[in-house]
Amino acid sequence: MQLVLEKRAERSNTIALVSPLIAIGLTIVTMTILFAILGKNPLLALHAYFIAPLTDSYSLQEIAVKATPLVMIAIGLSLCYLANAWNIGAEGQFLIGAVAGSWIAVKTQGTDAGAWVLPAMFVLAAAAGALYALIPAICKVKFGASEILTSLMLVYVADLFLDYLVRGPWRDPQGFNFPTTAEFDPVATVPLLIEGGRLHLGSIIALLVVAAAAILLGRTIKGFEIRVVGAAPRAARFGGFNANQLIILTFAVSGALAGLAGIIEVAGPVGHLQPGISPGYGFTAIIVAFLGRLNPLGILIAGLFLALTFIGGEQAQIAMKIPLDVTKVFQGILLFYVLACDSLILYRFKLVFPNRQVASGTH
Amino acid sequence: MELIEAIILAVLAASTPLLIAATGELVTERSGVLNLGVEGMMIVGAACGFGGAWLTGSIFIGALFGIVAGALMSLVFALMALGLAVNQVATGLALTILGIGLSGLIGAGFVGERITPAVHLYIPGLTDMPLIGRVLFGEDAFVYFSIALIMSVWWFLYRTRAGLILRACGDNHVSAHALGYPVLRIRTLAVMFGGACAGLAGAYLPLAYTPFFIPGMTAGRGWIALALVVFSSWRPGRLVVGAYLFGAVTILQLHAQGWGVGIPSQFMSALPYLATVIVLVLLSRARTGGSTAPAALGTVFVPDR
Repeated sequence: MQLVLEKRAERSNTIALVSPLIAIGLTIVTMTILFAILGKNPLLALHAYFIAPLTDSYSLQEIAVKATPLVMIAIGLSLCYLANAWNIGAEGQFLIGAVAGSWIAVKTQGTDAGAWVLPAMFVLAAAAGALYALIPAICKVKFGASEILTSLMLVYVADLFLDYLVRGPWRDPQGFNFPTTAEFDPVATVPLLIEGGRLHLGSIIALLVVAAAAILLGRTIKGFEIRVVGAAPRAARFGGFNANQLIILTFAVSGALAGLAGIIEVAGPVGHLQPGISPGYGFTAIIVAFLGRLNPLGILIAGLFLALTFIGGEQAQIAMKIPLDVTKVFQGILLFYVLACDSLILYRFKLVFPNRQVASGTH
Repeated sequence: MELIEAIILAVLAASTPLLIAATGELVTERSGVLNLGVEGMMIVGAACGFGGAWLTGSIFIGALFGIVAGALMSLVFALMALGLAVNQVATGLALTILGIGLSGLIGAGFVGERITPAVHLYIPGLTDMPLIGRVLFGEDAFVYFSIALIMSVWWFLYRTRAGLILRACGDNHVSAHALGYPVLRIRTLAVMFGGACAGLAGAYLPLAYTPFFIPGMTAGRGWIALALVVFSSWRPGRLVVGAYLFGAVTILQLHAQGWGVGIPSQFMSALPYLATVIVLVLLSRARTGGSTAPAALGTVFVPDR
């Protein structure tokens, strides 16, 4: 007797709908075991992770703030993944966007520059993110170099470049030698939505991005091309769709969104440029994209959920001394379960009895 | 002279983890499976390897811990990518994300601890020879093992029947299956060999390279190992050349920083990563007459029954 996979005659829509929920359920079961192994009360830990952050206004706002970059980056990545282009360097594009936007903030510091500063920072950040993402895309299209490896290598390069700037030319002279720029001027800061709160304009921008992506994928020819090239490359070639052009386009869009997310993070919640501005948003966004089934609305929900795990992880660390790395383990396990459950949309398990097969002489 | 000897020794030390990890991935990819989780398996191997050595005081047991940890991680990958036919790229990424978290969790108790690093060979007379003595007869066991490993892999792939079958699975899994070979079982073994090598490569870092563990100490070496496999055109001979070249780039940039060349240290540190991008572009461009990659690399295979 043997358990084997068998292709379903058609994809199961029921499983497609419930698979993220099954995945989250299985992850929580696994985490319960992990908490028990770590010697922490699993119920208290789960409460700190998933319930406590939902009970006060500050944490709720903080979830929206953390979800903002995750959703923006994941929307861009989902376009890439739908078109079968593997951009995994969003972290680097995020950092380069943050650096490019900060350049305007640093150069206008202390001048009487007007309200144009913040929009200009956004535009420059998006452009820089897009250009940075175009490097692996062009290497892929022109030379056939694996975009997975090149986009990832550029994350390390971007990280070192940011490090150089804040330790060298852009370091705040009054910063007690800390590697950081001076606090950005008010005109170079993302406005808050609630006075004295945490929620900022970036969350609105993220919602607009979700809406735009939903329209692009659901209502336009370009969106249709992206989906066909990824799902059925042969059919796309017969349809005359240019796969290379779509790789360039989806990389540029996802780079621009990651870059924009980068400057919103720096000019918003952080307030200055420094190393470590991202707790791995660019990588967590990959999980968000898959958990959200590469669907804009799904990504919005998945982004909020993963933001919850960031906030919950911080609270669990403070309240119960649970290491922050547990959050990363959680995210990794979640991605595994999501992928495994997704497999059951196309396949199902079947028990086979090898002996009987031989006896019947079929196959 | 002393400086040249020191540089060669440093290059060998920096190249060894790349060579071991890339050797494992070469075998995995030759069987048709693309496991992008090398970085994750390496960092877990580093944490477990250091933990094993710190608890028992034995470098050998530490290395075994690293090997087992890497193999276990790759088994998770095999269950997903081979057992459940999940997209290999996404599964590999998940393995890396999980590995980085797990290593932080495992290694949290060891940060700041030190161990006695692996001893170096010493043969009186031979090791004392100028210039080549320490290079040839004064290395730690990992360096010799890595060379024996890649030679055995070459022999296995090209001189044994099992190696031929493994390559057949990587080039055409449908035909291999039709001939009656258990494609998924062979691939699982190849993936686990890759995982064991990645775990050992990771364990090398805290056991021999630096005698302590820091989170994230693999610093992208797993990804560079993946690039090396592409660089080698999936051939063991070229893999050795590639690994030592990359080790040399790493060491030269470190020395250049030490000599006070007027270039910011961050730019020098970025060199190995930039070199990887440039090499990938140049190599992919040079290959006009079709790809040399295993034909079935990264594709899902669900046997028809």
